[in-house]
Amino acid sequence: MKILVPVKRVIDYNVKPRVKMDGTGVDLANVKMSMNPFDEIAVEEAIRLKEKGVATEIIAVSIGEQKAQETLRTALAMGADRAILVVSETEVEPLGVAKILAKIVAEEGPGMVILGKQAIDDDSNQVGQMLAALTGRPQGTFASKIEIDGDSIKVTREVDGGLETVSLKSPAIVTTDLRLNEPRYASLPNIMKAKSKPLAQKTPADYGVDVTPRLKTLKVAEPPKRSAGVKVADVDELVAKLKAMGVAA
Amino acid sequence: MKTLVWVEHEGGNVKDSTLSAITAAAKLGEVHLLVAGQDVGGVAAAAAKIAGVGKVHVADAAAYANALPENVAPLVVELMGHYDAFVAPATANGKNIAPRVAALLDVMQISEILSVESADTFTRPTYAGNAIATVQSSDAKKVITVRGTAFAKAEREGGSGSIEAVSGAGDAGLSSFVGAEISKSERPELTSAKIIVSGGRALQNSENFHTIIEPLADKLGAAVGASRAAVDAGYVPNDYQVGQTGKIVAPEIYVAVGISGAIQHLAGMKDSKTIIAINKDEEAPIFQVADYGLVADLFKAVPELTGKL
Repeated sequence: MKILVPVKRVIDYNVKPRVKMDGTGVDLANVKMSMNPFDEIAVEEAIRLKEKGVATEIIAVSIGEQKAQETLRTALAMGADRAILVVSETEVEPLGVAKILAKIVAEEGPGMVILGKQAIDDDSNQVGQMLAALTGRPQGTFASKIEIDGDSIKVTREVDGGLETVSLKSPAIVTTDLRLNEPRYASLPNIMKAKSKPLAQKTPADYGVDVTPRLKTLKVAEPPKRSAGVKVADVDELVAKLKAMGVAA
Repeated sequence: MKTLVWVEHEGGNVKDSTLSAITAAAKLGEVHLLVAGQDVGGVAAAAAKIAGVGKVHVADAAAYANALPENVAPLVVELMGHYDAFVAPATANGKNIAPRVAALLDVMQISEILSVESADTFTRPTYAGNAIATVQSSDAKKVITVRGTAFAKAEREGGSGSIEAVSGAGDAGLSSFVGAEISKSERPELTSAKIIVSGGRALQNSENFHTIIEPLADKLGAAVGASRAAVDAGYVPNDYQVGQTGKIVAPEIYVAVGISGAIQHLAGMKDSKTIIAINKDEEAPIFQVADYGLVADLFKAVPELTGKL
């Protein structure tokens, strides 16, 4: 079976985002960008399914600016077989992304789509669920374990109270949580090899999808700042502070 | 404007996060609820008593027992013909269902709102809470998830809503519930606890969580949380995680023990009223947000603190 893995180019996990002075967004100029960490986990899971002989081909897809090619090359270096870049120099919202992905699903017919549960830039947590809705497929969100069981997929999910397991009829959409796996690093030979793997370029118009945003960002601001308080000298002083707050007996 | 709020319930009770979602929905207009589940007559009766609630739709069927989005989303969509907005708490279940509803309605969802500025304008956190965006929706219907810590809880008493049964399409035949491993604890729930004691990687192992963190939590009547590092290392289960992708909490007092304060962790707790940090590294970023910081070895300081309280 084919596996489709959508990936997003986002600000690197370790970079502290800075809001632009004019309040129009977050400053991404000269900031390190990487693959969304949850998507990296998705790529890794797809590769493991291929190594187990479950998957036959892994297709990485990204929707974004030309630079998202780098993200796709990373996915190819990790082990994806080919890539599709749907170029849009303006930001595409989760709904638009899901619509484009739904068209690609119809074209490619993957047995599974694995993607990150959320992107660490907009923190929307929507695309997987929306794609499942648009394709009429079941969804296993926030996965910490995926087991293929004949025509169904068993997904263990991280939920508020602990873990939950659902059985989904294939083909399904799965979104990854942090503990599904630990993504590998691409080796140098694989990075070199990735350069010659096929990468197709498309546009939203090729898929007949209107990606006009539905949400308009009026303003982006920094959250209210917390200032550092005081250092207490020892446990006794901390006990006194707690007592002053009325919590200690 | 008429809003429909999806009610999350457990053990026959409406969860606190839903009460916050109701408060947010009330800012948009008339509030009706949807209680979906199996044998949920009691939940529906309780939901109808929540202050400000007009009508409660009840879908009582086995297909709705475990909040499977494949079954619940079509039910919501069916009802949405009569509503202008769908509102759900931004919990694991709410986040699972709402985007499926949004896509079926061809609506771009507004996730985890922090405030309602007007009928079409909301604020929401992005970049792990480091950038608060004010967004305006042009969709005719709105689909919204609500961050529980940002809204007061609606009163559980005082309302007198009517109850109306709905059937819906039932089982979509796409998914089934297999089972759950839900952590059982006598302690308060993380997202509604007044005090939280959280541990980080510095705890070194799961045993130390039991012997160092838990006694302090018990002394304070607190919930126990953890940083991602501690969960990844297997010291505690996933549902303990506080942070950007874990639980968002805002207790009266948050005690961070052996937590350095990565931005992803701060995203989950920096709205706490008072933050106390205990860490032996005085340069740890956690001290930049802590109201009271104690630079000390947690293995000595925490048992001493527990003993003196």
